[in-house]
Amino acid sequence: MDFILSTANLLHEWGPNFLRGLTATLQIAFGAYLLGLVIGILGALGKIYGGRFLKLFLEVYTTIIRAVPELVLILLLYYAGTSFLNQLLEALGFNTVDISGVAAGIAVLGLVQGAYSTEVIRGALLAVPKGETDAAIAFGMSKFKAFRRVILPAMIPLALPGMANLWMIVTKDTALLAVVGFEELALVTKQAAAKSRLFLEAFVVAAFLYLCVTLLSNYFFKLLERRSTRGIPKLDQV
Amino acid sequence: MVWDWLPEYLPRFAEGLWITIKLFVLSLFFGFALAIPIGLVQVSGPKWLGLIARGFCTLFRGTPLLIQLWLLYYGLGSVVPYYPGLRESFIWPILVEAFPYAIVAFSLSVAAYEGHVMKGAFQSVPKGELEAGRAFGMKGFTLLRRVWFPRAMQNVLPTLAGEAVLTLKSVPLASTITIFGVYGVGSIVRQETYRTYEPLLFVGFIYVCITALVVVLFRWLESRVPSESQM
Repeated sequence: MDFILSTANLLHEWGPNFLRGLTATLQIAFGAYLLGLVIGILGALGKIYGGRFLKLFLEVYTTIIRAVPELVLILLLYYAGTSFLNQLLEALGFNTVDISGVAAGIAVLGLVQGAYSTEVIRGALLAVPKGETDAAIAFGMSKFKAFRRVILPAMIPLALPGMANLWMIVTKDTALLAVVGFEELALVTKQAAAKSRLFLEAFVVAAFLYLCVTLLSNYFFKLLERRSTRGIPKLDQV
Repeated sequence: MVWDWLPEYLPRFAEGLWITIKLFVLSLFFGFALAIPIGLVQVSGPKWLGLIARGFCTLFRGTPLLIQLWLLYYGLGSVVPYYPGLRESFIWPILVEAFPYAIVAFSLSVAAYEGHVMKGAFQSVPKGELEAGRAFGMKGFTLLRRVWFPRAMQNVLPTLAGEAVLTLKSVPLASTITIFGVYGVGSIVRQETYRTYEPLLFVGFIYVCITALVVVLFRWLESRVPSESQM
């Protein structure tokens, strides 16, 4: 009972801050996910069809990003990225800029996501039977058309579980940005906890908010999966 | 790039490495020990136990580890001291240390992720093999130990290797509750030497090495498991 009362107090005072933190978290997660998706598609195509150097470069990129802790990557890319950009701007004769936390967060997490989605999409692309592509080409479709009308619809159901997983990971990875001082849900929670001295309540609220995001996304991805796999027999029906 | 600070701090990195590895191995051990029953009850146990296990997995896989860590250390840690009689009891020295909190948080997280994996693994073992085991007169635990568990592990080792690497990479989070593993030592070096990148690069390098080691170890484990292609 005490717990519910103090949680209500906490929400009364800090509720808007929590919501602002949640919005920032979702914004970054969404941006980073999209950036990761773009990098992933290009990276997968590069890994399959690219030249030797492109393949080597992408291999190094995906291996290193997946072996180094996200926290280290975030710090490295955050500091190195901003100072590199400013040096570049200076060298080109422009004024240096303050990079907004949102943009930096999206860029950093997007780069990390990109490595993982490259692998997911590459796997899905390779799993599309070659005969289907050949058939499309034999029907006189151009390469682009074959990709859009045959390969893409065939690979989406294969890539969706992995991509759903990545979305879950990125929503939770945004919490790491608290360490570089970006005001998203985790940092807001820490501030609210420290100021109100209601540690347990604050972290329970945050956990609940993250859980809601996860459960909602789960539901959404299930719908998406159902739609993309229509016409494909379920495993247990075969 | 300036690396002249490195020799001076190497001993501290060694200490940090020991803490990182201790945290990693212990949480993997306890986490996996928990993951087996969590996976199992979702496949064959009583329904209510399965539901609890499923809820546990959803809860811990649906919230960031950082929040779990803070909830346990700052949240519970701020309530526990007011529990009557605890200050005088023998577990009090454990409760004021940060390391046990980290072990608990990491183990629970590992248990949730691997429990989910183990559920799929137990499910994937063909029914016929279990029936064959039963026909040979094996009961409950013997069947689990000699047929069900080994067969489940066979299918799932690569996935577990991936989970282990993910766990390893989340160990730096422990530095936010004053545990100075490799990453924590790196932050100390950054503060004391005012070098931004070199300590981070060094920390990244150490992690790449440990990751490589973990991957090789799991490959070796996989090679020890007989598979159909070798028979």
